[in-house]
Amino acid sequence: MNSGRKLGMVLLGAMLGTATAISVAQAAEPPLKVGLLEDVSGDLAFMGMPKLHGSQLAVEEINKSGGILGRQIELIHLDPQGDNARYQEFGRRLLNRDKVDVLIGGITSASREALRPIVDRTTTPYFYTNQYEGGVCDASMISMGAVPEQQFSTLIPWMVEKFGKKVYVIAADYNFGQISAEWNRKIMKDLGGEVVGEEFIPLGVSQFAQTIQNIQKAKPDWLLTINVGAAQDSFFEQAAAANLNLPMGSSIKVMLGFEHKRFKPPALNNMHATANWFEEIDTPEANEFKKRWHAKFPDELYINDMGYNAYNALYMYKALVEKAKSIKLEDMRKVIATGDACIDAPEGKVCIDPKSQHTSHRMRLISVGPKHEVKVEKDYGTIQPYWLGEIGCDLTKKNDKDQYTPSHLPKKS
Amino acid sequence: MSAELFSLFYQFADVFAFLILSAAGLAIVFGMMGVINMAHGEFIMCGAYVTVGLVNLGVPLAVAQILAAVTAGLIGVLVEFLVVRRFYKRPLDSLLATWGLSLIVTQSMLLIVGSAVRGIGTPEGSFVIGGYTFSTYRLVLFGCAVAVLAGLYIIFMKTRFGVIARATMQNAAMARALGARTGRIYAISFGIGTGLAGLCGALYAPTMTLIPTMGATFVVESFVTVVIGGANVLLGTAPAAVFLAMIRMALNASYGQIIGQIGMLVAVILIIRVLPEGLSSVLVRRGR
Repeated sequence: MNSGRKLGMVLLGAMLGTATAISVAQAAEPPLKVGLLEDVSGDLAFMGMPKLHGSQLAVEEINKSGGILGRQIELIHLDPQGDNARYQEFGRRLLNRDKVDVLIGGITSASREALRPIVDRTTTPYFYTNQYEGGVCDASMISMGAVPEQQFSTLIPWMVEKFGKKVYVIAADYNFGQISAEWNRKIMKDLGGEVVGEEFIPLGVSQFAQTIQNIQKAKPDWLLTINVGAAQDSFFEQAAAANLNLPMGSSIKVMLGFEHKRFKPPALNNMHATANWFEEIDTPEANEFKKRWHAKFPDELYINDMGYNAYNALYMYKALVEKAKSIKLEDMRKVIATGDACIDAPEGKVCIDPKSQHTSHRMRLISVGPKHEVKVEKDYGTIQPYWLGEIGCDLTKKNDKDQYTPSHLPKKS
Repeated sequence: MSAELFSLFYQFADVFAFLILSAAGLAIVFGMMGVINMAHGEFIMCGAYVTVGLVNLGVPLAVAQILAAVTAGLIGVLVEFLVVRRFYKRPLDSLLATWGLSLIVTQSMLLIVGSAVRGIGTPEGSFVIGGYTFSTYRLVLFGCAVAVLAGLYIIFMKTRFGVIARATMQNAAMARALGARTGRIYAISFGIGTGLAGLCGALYAPTMTLIPTMGATFVVESFVTVVIGGANVLLGTAPAAVFLAMIRMALNASYGQIIGQIGMLVAVILIIRVLPEGLSSVLVRRGR
């Protein structure tokens, strides 16, 4: 009896001891907190869900392989539901209350611009994971997506050469659509082309009979479709029903909103787009990545470009922290300044450009056929995000915190 | 020239159909019954999802659309019995209750069916007039809108149910005293309203992206039309839709979608300022 009780005490003591040892180890190495702001409800949920999944997949993989500098990652995800005010509120909560070590996320350019001033008041790095209209020169922000010199400078010349010099633009009426349309005007002018019509559409508009008539009146050779969100995507179905039958080009269709998976063929027929990622890309690295993703999320309709970039963002963060041996933004920026901030992504090697803190990408142009089959038309190889550096943004020297466009360039000093 | 004229008519018919179909159900539920139904868009969404689900199961589109409208109507009767019934004397509380309902339904749909559903494609093809191509289905929608108006007229003006329903909405206590089963009348009217919302979703499902929040696209237009129309569904909603469609079509055609949307809302503000009771108040007074 007595010996039994003694044994019990020893066992209990041993258990307590182990528990204390584990908690001491955890206290010495607290997890890295990653704040994630992605819409998984609201109008953009269908695009935001893959972003959350990409982040979760990367966190799981990194944690399994030992974490970052031996520390595990704790993902704190909040859902701003597509509301820019909520982006700001949740951004503040993550930065000030949860004291996250890095902030990742945001879908629209409006949500990014809502977050940026809040991030700028802290020393926390912010990863924006979408392709966008380009031009943000801000030391706090690292941009993982493609920008106009990677998307429009490849797409528009190809469309002009293939289909003709007259383009009609339908664009969402906010900063992304307006600035992208400005890029199109500039590139078309350089090519000697003509913009025969531009229509800016308020978010939430879902009826396009008038737009379709306007397009037919203007008789363009092709359409640039940079309409955004589920409501505006209804354009494709309605244009197909009216037999509009024009070639289309876009910097956001197929790879972001997988319209070719959501609409019945042939609504997306003759669509052309350039991006650093399409799920249809067929290389050993891409296939291996897709296999891991679908194993974890079997119901995913499409691994979209922003979900893919969200996955890469965590690996880029890991690479920066490990090279800098620090989680401080200033130390990470010293690594970026060397030009050696690179990772081996499923698309190939991508690096952060020191001057703009944007990412180089291997760009491909795809076309969608009548049965919504996707064909890679052209592989442009790796394109640097050169534009900001050329016009005078140099984050290794000064922090502009500004967004530039072809009509708003930095002052020469 | 005739092509231009037809194009104008087509644009008008398109906006008119959208306004009538999104507002018809709300005209009964809000216009007549006085229930501020914030879940109107969710009944529209329900109609759209049921349609697409049935078509994917192999049901012909037209049948699926009718079944979707019926489904939305039956759910409406159930919702009336469980929730709305308690709020007839408290219109502002009905706003909160139905708003809560709409949030629950949207999020549940997101959890159950996911964030994106594959579309089914628009039927009927297209036709050509003078260099323009038009979608035939948009004219079908216009036809449906006119049919809905005619149907409402017959139900509420030509049937025994219509007479009792109008009496109930005007003075429930008196109608009850005269032997009308007002509870049942309310439930059926609410069901007709939500059934029409479901029909709207069913009709627009082949032309739109299906997401759980898609109902929101219709809600502003439907409330605007009903508020401008005023209390009398038949004399209010149709003239309001004609009026708003003219303004929107003209501005859309000359200045684009943004100005069209702004212009329509400005017109609404002006009308409510001049005619707080809506268009039907004038028409009813003229009629007397």
